[in-house]
Amino acid sequence: MILSMKIKRNLALSDSGFVFNPSSGDSFSTNPIGLEIVRHLKDGLNDLEIKKLICKKYEVDEASFENDFYDFISTLSKFQLTEDK
Amino acid sequence: MKKQKINIAVTSLNAIDSPGPGISVIRALRESKVFDVRIIGLSYDTLEPGIYMHDLVDKTYQIPLPSAGMSILMDRIRYIHSREKLNIIIPNFDAELFSFINLVDPLKKMGIRAFLPTLKQFEERHKAVLNEFGKKYKIKVPFSKMIFSASEIAALGKQFSYPLVVKGKFYDASIAYSADQAQNYFNKISVKWGLPIIIQEFVQGAEVNITALGDGKGNMIGAVPMRKQYITDKGKAWAGISIDDKKLLSMARKMIKGTKWRGGLEMEVIMTSKGDYYLLEINPRFPAWIYLAVGCGQNHPEALVKMALGQRVKAFSSYEVGKMFIRYSYDMIVGLKEFEKISTQGEL
Repeated sequence: MILSMKIKRNLALSDSGFVFNPSSGDSFSTNPIGLEIVRHLKDGLNDLEIKKLICKKYEVDEASFENDFYDFISTLSKFQLTEDK
Repeated sequence: MKKQKINIAVTSLNAIDSPGPGISVIRALRESKVFDVRIIGLSYDTLEPGIYMHDLVDKTYQIPLPSAGMSILMDRIRYIHSREKLNIIIPNFDAELFSFINLVDPLKKMGIRAFLPTLKQFEERHKAVLNEFGKKYKIKVPFSKMIFSASEIAALGKQFSYPLVVKGKFYDASIAYSADQAQNYFNKISVKWGLPIIIQEFVQGAEVNITALGDGKGNMIGAVPMRKQYITDKGKAWAGISIDDKKLLSMARKMIKGTKWRGGLEMEVIMTSKGDYYLLEINPRFPAWIYLAVGCGQNHPEALVKMALGQRVKAFSSYEVGKMFIRYSYDMIVGLKEFEKISTQGEL
């Protein structure tokens, strides 16, 4: 499955993992992997491309990655940080 | 550039837990790049903290409550003007605006300018007639109705579902989850602010506000939207952050264009999870958090003074997003002599 969910383009990301949504005023903290994924999403990568990059860079199998990735995406969606493509 | 010296009277020095905008307006004026201001505070109560904040307020005079009538207020302003040579008055209380709007022309004859909405603009946006306002300007407004007696509460279930919001005509709002609670809030609020009481449909969502400034010709001179981050038990924002909300900006622009709004205003809005915006209230003056607009690069009080003086003002084109305000409380130590002076002589 190729995920067509897109992260909000105007999100402000800092290296510390602080994420600010300027539309709502909400802010969040994420860990370094979360930040990396958000940056990939912001760059327009789809789920398959992100999976390939993360699995190559870190010691993680595809099934575990997918499990955590879609969980993370659903969290982003719940916090209204995503928009439909 | 040499700053223009100017004497400005400002009301609402009540920097308390439910603060008036006066102190924020004064801070904005003190930071003006074009005006060298002398601030004359106008107070109603001897314990308004601004009276004793001498770094912000140069001199304070007590003024009569709006219930005393306009002629008594005018007499007092005449006296203050004879001492202070006022150039501008900026009233900041909803409850006093009716009087000041009616006094705009007599004040002008004395050489005192005020930049206020017209009586029509002021009346049209009242909470009690907000439904009609929403229809006229095509802005979503939660259904509301006025009630004049507690006996009307029992029948509210036919038009509203609980919870609902019980509101005073000027201030105060409480969410009632039952008819008993609604009755209780009706009594509390009507004792304080009189009748009618406004019953409003409860809309769930995030509270967002926008402060804006109209030039009286349909142009929006500036606007800064803010999301409340910390809300006190009185429903006041104790912390907030400026946001990039084009829908809210567009709502304010539409309102200012439609009404040709003159002066400062605040729109209180609920943003639902579906992205719908419901206008809850329009306050016909700057909000208590107006200093955030200054922090974001838009000094609305300074722009208002320029317009009051008939100077040309260019509309602000941007503001900084992600600027926060956080209030704090602070204990001032005040000598009894000062309290005695304002209490007995009505000025300090």
